[in-house]
Amino acid sequence: MASAAQRRIKSISYAKYGYFFILPFFLVYFFFQLWPLINTFVLSVHGNGKELEAFVGMDNYKAILFGDGNRSVKMVHEKFFIALQNTVILWVGNFIPQIILSLSLAVWFTEANLKIPGKGFFKIVMYLPNIITAASVAVLFLQLCGEAENVPGSLNLLLSKMGIVDYNSTSAKYDTIKFITDTWTSRGVVMFIQTWMWFGNTMIMLMSGIQGINPSLFEAASIDGANSGQVFRKITLPLLSPIMAYTLVTSMIGGLQMFDIPFLYHKDPQKVSDDLKTVAVYIYEYFHDVTSPKMGYAGAASVILFIITLILGCIAFYLTRDKDEIAKKKQRKKNAQQAKRENKQFGGLTI
Amino acid sequence: MSNMKAVYGTSNANYTRKIRTKSTILFIWFVILTVICLLPIYILIINATRGNHDISNGISFVPGTYLMKNIDTLFKDINYNTVFNVLIGYRNSAIITGFSTVFTVFFAALTAYGIHVYDFKLKEISYTIILLVMMVPVQVTSAGFVSFMLDLKLTDTYWPLILPSIAAPAVVYFMRSYMKSSFPLDIVEAARIDGSGEFRTFLTIAIPMMKPAIAVQAIFAFIASWNNFYTPNMILISSKFNQKTLPMMVSAIQASDKFVDYGAIYLAIALSILPIVIIYIILSKFIIAGVALGGVKE
Repeated sequence: MASAAQRRIKSISYAKYGYFFILPFFLVYFFFQLWPLINTFVLSVHGNGKELEAFVGMDNYKAILFGDGNRSVKMVHEKFFIALQNTVILWVGNFIPQIILSLSLAVWFTEANLKIPGKGFFKIVMYLPNIITAASVAVLFLQLCGEAENVPGSLNLLLSKMGIVDYNSTSAKYDTIKFITDTWTSRGVVMFIQTWMWFGNTMIMLMSGIQGINPSLFEAASIDGANSGQVFRKITLPLLSPIMAYTLVTSMIGGLQMFDIPFLYHKDPQKVSDDLKTVAVYIYEYFHDVTSPKMGYAGAASVILFIITLILGCIAFYLTRDKDEIAKKKQRKKNAQQAKRENKQFGGLTI
Repeated sequence: MSNMKAVYGTSNANYTRKIRTKSTILFIWFVILTVICLLPIYILIINATRGNHDISNGISFVPGTYLMKNIDTLFKDINYNTVFNVLIGYRNSAIITGFSTVFTVFFAALTAYGIHVYDFKLKEISYTIILLVMMVPVQVTSAGFVSFMLDLKLTDTYWPLILPSIAAPAVVYFMRSYMKSSFPLDIVEAARIDGSGEFRTFLTIAIPMMKPAIAVQAIFAFIASWNNFYTPNMILISSKFNQKTLPMMVSAIQASDKFVDYGAIYLAIALSILPIVIIYIILSKFIIAGVALGGVKE
């Protein structure tokens, strides 16, 4: 029996509290995220300058995507595509080794019959690079990879100890590997840093995905005599695909935003290396230019980046969607329709 | 019969041997990876204790004797302490990170609670919006963000670095999932019968019950904010020395041509990662469990 108080409470509507509770979030969201997003669109269709300039329609997009016009416009166009290319190269070059490493480690860490001591310790160590400030990591690697011939960084010194880097004793100079200025070597270092920082994170996420798979499937497979390669291909990989999709999407979005390391990893203190300039750095340089900010180009490039992110996200989810789940849904729908029809036949009476 | 047993016995022994070999090979591989993970940090620490001349002359795996001298250079030499001051960096980063972390978890819990507990017309729509927002990268909005902050004259202040943390969609999503599994609505009903106001129920009942989720999210919010270089660097346009966050201080080392003593450089980098590494060592089990939770949620 409901007490008087309970009845009274049931009759009060609490809906308004729901709005009170979510209000701060949406206020802040509107001011600091939604409006800046809209503002970016607004900027992208206006001229280039510090304040909001005259309306120019799609000119900024045309300049970036096609580069028709004078030389400075061509530069904007070329630089954008170089930045896009750099971003893709750096992302692919860090994602492929990262996913191979993380997936294999995740499988080995979760394999129950392997007797490896100190699994907990290995996990902690492998995740460590992920929490270190990326700016510090960039400056640290810049020091370690120093390439000056008379005062090389620790990595070149290590290589010279191993006999890979030559030392000329008459001129007291090392024949250093150019880890910072050479196009592909510097890209390789940035890819290595990104992999180094992120493989532990990906590994732990994949591990928790593998642990979420029903253990009886693995048991059944081992009773049937499947070897570990078969188990991996027939059970782990298919059932892991939702988490793999999530990893792929987050890594891709993260890759498009790649900023800290490429922005700081260069020799000339004032100028980001052209081989490492990513789209995020490209946008940043346009809106952050103190003397002549080009908000229009920055806005248009941001919108293009946004659209690329959206498309990539959709493709990844489409490719790795759970096919069984969709088939099941269809079946359920069919069943429901069938039941409805049968109900009608019996004149709406349920038997 | 005995024949069969013999066959079975050898295959079993074979199997055990195979497992043992595989375990050993993997163990060695893990040790190699551990070395790769730790080597840059180890060399950083070693070089922070060595002199400028020693560092450029060769690599060493044992600590040097120049730590005190490097500290002196870093803190007393005018060429160095006007570029990099780790204490100012700690202070500024602590202010921003402290407020951001508290705001993130408190308001995320509040929002998740509002959506979870109450039935209102816009409930589903608002939740969908939150999920959509999760996917928008910061870089996409940054041009519009900076120009808006310039209009409001809020650049070179900490407001644009602290206030946006109130709207953290990913944290709301996490807290909502947590509440779904471990916050029964009957408790709210019971609190109402006992005469507790809605906000008080949230503060005194919901928050204590959500402690595990709040702790995990607070750690991650802290790390994300502490390590953030992009946003402070674009908002603090004039980069006044007294306002710089720790990552900005570190980036100044790279941009300065007076910062030439290698020992001092390594020491500066080492000091910049020291707090976060200490926190990690203390909370590593928590953090790894938290990352795993984040993976399961999708």
